[in-house]
Amino acid sequence: MSTTVDLDKSATAPTFTGISAGRKARNTVATVLMTLAFLIALVPLVWVIWTVVSQGIAAIASSSWWSQSLNGLLARQAGGGAYHAIVGTLLQGLVCAIIATPIGIMVAIYLVEYGAGTRLARATTFMVDILTGVPSIVAALFVYAVWISIFGLPRSAFAVSLALVLLMLPVVVRSTEEMLRIVPDDLREASYALGVPKWKTIVKVVIPTALSGMLTGIVLALARVMGETAPVLILVAYAPYINFDIFGGNMASLPLMMTVERTNPTDAGADRLWGAAITLILIITIFQLLAAFLSKVTAPKTK
Amino acid sequence: MTDGPAGIGEPGDRWGASVSASVPEAGIPPTEPPPPEQGTAGATFVQRGDRIFRFLATGSGAFVVALIGAIGVFLLIQAIPPLLQNNANFLTSRQFEAGDPNNLHFGILDLLLVTVEVSLFALVLAMPIGLGIALFLTQYAPAKVARPFGYMVDLLAAVPSIIFGLWGLFVLAPVIQPFALWLQDNLGWFFLFSPGNVSIAGATVFTAGIVLAVMILPIITAISREVFARTPRAHIEAALALGATKWEVVRMTVWPFGRAGYVSASMLGLGRALGETIALMIILAATPAIFTGSLFDGGATFASKIALSFAELNNNLSAGAFIAAGLVLFVLTFLVNAAARWVIARSGAKA
Repeated sequence: MSTTVDLDKSATAPTFTGISAGRKARNTVATVLMTLAFLIALVPLVWVIWTVVSQGIAAIASSSWWSQSLNGLLARQAGGGAYHAIVGTLLQGLVCAIIATPIGIMVAIYLVEYGAGTRLARATTFMVDILTGVPSIVAALFVYAVWISIFGLPRSAFAVSLALVLLMLPVVVRSTEEMLRIVPDDLREASYALGVPKWKTIVKVVIPTALSGMLTGIVLALARVMGETAPVLILVAYAPYINFDIFGGNMASLPLMMTVERTNPTDAGADRLWGAAITLILIITIFQLLAAFLSKVTAPKTK
Repeated sequence: MTDGPAGIGEPGDRWGASVSASVPEAGIPPTEPPPPEQGTAGATFVQRGDRIFRFLATGSGAFVVALIGAIGVFLLIQAIPPLLQNNANFLTSRQFEAGDPNNLHFGILDLLLVTVEVSLFALVLAMPIGLGIALFLTQYAPAKVARPFGYMVDLLAAVPSIIFGLWGLFVLAPVIQPFALWLQDNLGWFFLFSPGNVSIAGATVFTAGIVLAVMILPIITAISREVFARTPRAHIEAALALGATKWEVVRMTVWPFGRAGYVSASMLGLGRALGETIALMIILAATPAIFTGSLFDGGATFASKIALSFAELNNNLSAGAFIAAGLVLFVLTFLVNAAARWVIARSGAKA
């Protein structure tokens, strides 16, 4: 009876001790703070989208919004539509894409296939990074300085497209470069082994393999630049009518329509302002969805 | 990939025509023609195709390098004539009067101060939140929802800045006005919170900075996220095996690994904030009064001043004055971006 053994008690002190209250508390606080940071970021996103939708939905619900311009309407007159601005935005974006895409793809091909490791390639990579950070207003001023001040050409939608090229180019280069880099070298080697010249290997093997991601990147880049306001503000004047001529005359675009109608204090002005805002968001959303769709459709088929 | 026996990096030039051509080695100049074997015409054609393609690709690369130089040079060419006729000191004058080409009075001091203050204020707000989001998405959020959550933050970058501007002035400003007044009443003795020089409620650096913080958040988050996600798995598991809590894992492995990437991401965000145009043009109230340094001042940044006045300009001298301001902005963003790239390149954790 004198030697009772408590079988439930361990003979030695436990090797692992529980986590102290202080550490637990700090862990909890950190988790809460980080989750909170994420939730805080969602507030403006939801708020902005809600604002635009609730204010603009009435304007775009009318059928004339999508088929008519504001030609001949007074500032306070309701009615009319944003057709002229939609046309302008799409047209300027399209021209920009036509110029920026081939250059961007060729730069990416140079960086991945030809220049790897050379000094020019390093300089190019650095300059693409810098170009990513060039403010849109500086791009617009540059085009103004060359196109309008030095060449003496009038302000036009084409000048806007040129400025947008500067903003779109680095995004295209970056995304294409990433996509080209993940094309397996085996594919290239197999092609070379069959005696296919390098350029044909790139065009027929490397690009089709990377096409899915490249298209996504290009469409996303286009969606970004179409919302740019600074270039249209500086390089082309607003027109309330429809204009398809990108080399001459005034042309509207959705961001430009918004900056103009912003100073219109009437109800019609507010309708137009938020209607243009929701239209712009809709167009950008459609392009984003298009990018996701393209990447699905063009993904290389695995057998 | 680079040191494999058939490494593809370099020996790309001479896949011309023949299998029996000497084994290509890295660094052989592309000009040396390979011995044509089957069909001379075909072989030269292939060579030409390759040369043209190579030339186009290299030319595009060089074009981008030249483009940055051209931006600087052409802005400078346009800026010099008005600078020579400027009746005020370009660097120290606080007034920017460039509408009359015969009497140019323009200085950038106030523009610079407003630009820097609003950008830094936005950065101070966005940096901790961006860090929290990046850590949350890479370390805390369940893998299943991390992607859609990340996509939602990226969506902030897809909203055009003009819409942020309108939202900031018409919706956000009235909501935060009571808080702004409270700051003014209680901390007004400090220069940042002293009463401002504009009468329009909310059209201040304060509102603009908050909106700007929202706009640079996706940039800071995206890059930090990429770097944090690249923390070596072994480091994290080692810390966990030693009994570290989640927070201790983050502090001891993820943070030291990704710190440089985070700093670089924040600087890129700063670069974006410095050049933001339309949102600030809409929010900031123009005022003839000089900038006092308070968050409740109005004023104009480089970009918003240019955007505000440029559309009406029709002579090269006045335009050149604004281009001079744009050149300063270009140099400023160039330096900030280059520094950001330098930080990330030096740290080794490449983004």
